[in-house]
Amino acid sequence: MSEYILETKNLGISFGGLKASQNVNLKIKEKQIYGLIGPNGAGKTTVFNMLTGVYLPTEGDFFLCGESLKGLHQEAINRKGIARTFQNIRLFNNMTVVRNVMVGLSNQPEYNCSLFDSFFRLPRHFRVEKAMRERAKEILDIFGLLDERNNLACNLPYGKQRKLEIARALATKPRLLLLDEPAAGMNQSETAELMDTIRLIRDKFDMTILLIEHDMKFVSGLCDEITVLNFGTMLATGTAEEVLRNPEVVRAYLGN
Amino acid sequence: MSSFSEKMKKFKWKHYINYIVIGVLTVVFAIISAAGGLKSSSTILLEKIAISIVLAVSLSLVVGFLGELSLGHAGFMCIGAYLGGKVASLLVPVFGNGTVTMLIALFVGGGCAALLGFLVGLPALRLKGDYLAIVTLAFGEIVKVIFQQSKLFGGNLGLSTPNRPNRNTFFIVAFALVLFTLLIIQNLMRSKHGRAITAIRDNEIAARATGINVTKYKLVAFMISAFFAGIAGVMFSYTNSSVQAVKFGYNYSIEILVMVVLGGMGSINGAILSATLITILNEKLRTVLTGDLAVLKDLLYALILIVIVIYNNAPALKGFREKYNFRNLVAKIWHPKNDPSIVKDDAASWDKVPTKIKMDEILSVDLKVGNEFTPDKPSKGDK
Repeated sequence: MSEYILETKNLGISFGGLKASQNVNLKIKEKQIYGLIGPNGAGKTTVFNMLTGVYLPTEGDFFLCGESLKGLHQEAINRKGIARTFQNIRLFNNMTVVRNVMVGLSNQPEYNCSLFDSFFRLPRHFRVEKAMRERAKEILDIFGLLDERNNLACNLPYGKQRKLEIARALATKPRLLLLDEPAAGMNQSETAELMDTIRLIRDKFDMTILLIEHDMKFVSGLCDEITVLNFGTMLATGTAEEVLRNPEVVRAYLGN
Repeated sequence: MSSFSEKMKKFKWKHYINYIVIGVLTVVFAIISAAGGLKSSSTILLEKIAISIVLAVSLSLVVGFLGELSLGHAGFMCIGAYLGGKVASLLVPVFGNGTVTMLIALFVGGGCAALLGFLVGLPALRLKGDYLAIVTLAFGEIVKVIFQQSKLFGGNLGLSTPNRPNRNTFFIVAFALVLFTLLIIQNLMRSKHGRAITAIRDNEIAARATGINVTKYKLVAFMISAFFAGIAGVMFSYTNSSVQAVKFGYNYSIEILVMVVLGGMGSINGAILSATLITILNEKLRTVLTGDLAVLKDLLYALILIVIVIYNNAPALKGFREKYNFRNLVAKIWHPKNDPSIVKDDAASWDKVPTKIKMDEILSVDLKVGNEFTPDKPSKGDK
């Protein structure tokens, strides 16, 4: 077991001649909230896509608790313990809220149930279904979505959809949670609420969180450590004050 | 006793209504048949309906629940019909034309179709949408041509297969198979595996990121669907007592697809209902329009389909549909006091939101509170 939950070593990817991302070295400790910021097109989401197996990195490697996950499929990486949310919300829209979370739960060994059990509704099927529903309700309760559990996901208001996406990701029992612009399109009170929710997640689930965000107030108020990306490379790493005082970061955001 | 009535209240009729309706109807027809009141053409029609229901329900698993367009369903049925029929005709001298032969034939027909579903699905399910539709269409045609050309299966003349063990009661067997199909597919869809399949339909990228083995579930859905198409094929070979490959062209695949689409994607009861109606319609048109009028059959069939589709989807007919909706009519008879066609204020659905709000009002309220105006970022697709 390594000291870091997530460690990337010279992680990079190029599409043809375009180096979308290179030499990304992140070191994330347990129970840290780690921010990844940068101007548009800096390659933040690309890093997320590499960490979740959407893209195969062309350079470098990344390790979850010392184990290399490079080259695994998305679903395998999720089972190893990296869960994510998306920049544009991706819920199972035609399913109810509680079922969205139950889909997230379905990979855990305690809810194992073979196809045969389901075909003939053997006792195991009922046991598993009941246990999953209870667990899903517990998770929804933490996010204040319990009363909405039988609504369709697409009928939820925007802020709650964001929360549901996080709840679904947490249901897969990850060791590292990746949040892609969780506060995008939220107003101030919703953002403040989201900050509390993210802190709650860290404390309640002992979760390590890596998040992408543009809102500097959000990032500096929440993150223990921040990495700034620009043009696919790392510009600076440190606490919020250190990073914001860095002249290169100021130049990247504001120009010369 | 009270616990029994409580159990009856908890019992979800909604989930079992189709078993009950089909079971009761089968028993009713069995009684009529035993009394000698059923013509042989009627029993054949009942068998055809059963075959259509099995086909429609199994295709709705792929099209309605998995959300992939498959146009090769008749191909899987063809495999079931030929292989099941061949096995049955080989086994009749050994076991006689009875239950054992039929069970083995069903198992072989369904199993071979499922196996081919696996072999076709493995490469084909990497494709999406129209491309998958084209590949499955081609698959269906290939199967048809192979059986047409092979001497082992009778070539162009077709394969003669054993007849129904009992002409008058075979429809009961057929409907028992319908119930079996419903049992497996509905139970699948009401389990965690079914949730995974609908999750893939709703958002494949999110399903992958949530740890769902997309390839596995697509294959499972495809194979189960093919299995039941194979079973329908075996039933077909028994009903017709001969199998000709011409029958299983893409026209037939599309007819099955029409049943699923008309019934409403992802609705098993809808698929059952529309399979029944379309089969009856086809049969009636065929028997009523004889001689020179036979050319009108396809024309009328197509016209009726067009009218049904327009009726189901035209926005102008929305009010009419809601008023004379089947569910509402039933509810009106059941509970005359609370008529669901009268929409209450608190039960207003999402599309009945008042639209005449002045834009200025909304904006001014926002500004009064002192919220800074932060436009939503346009959502970019994940690169």
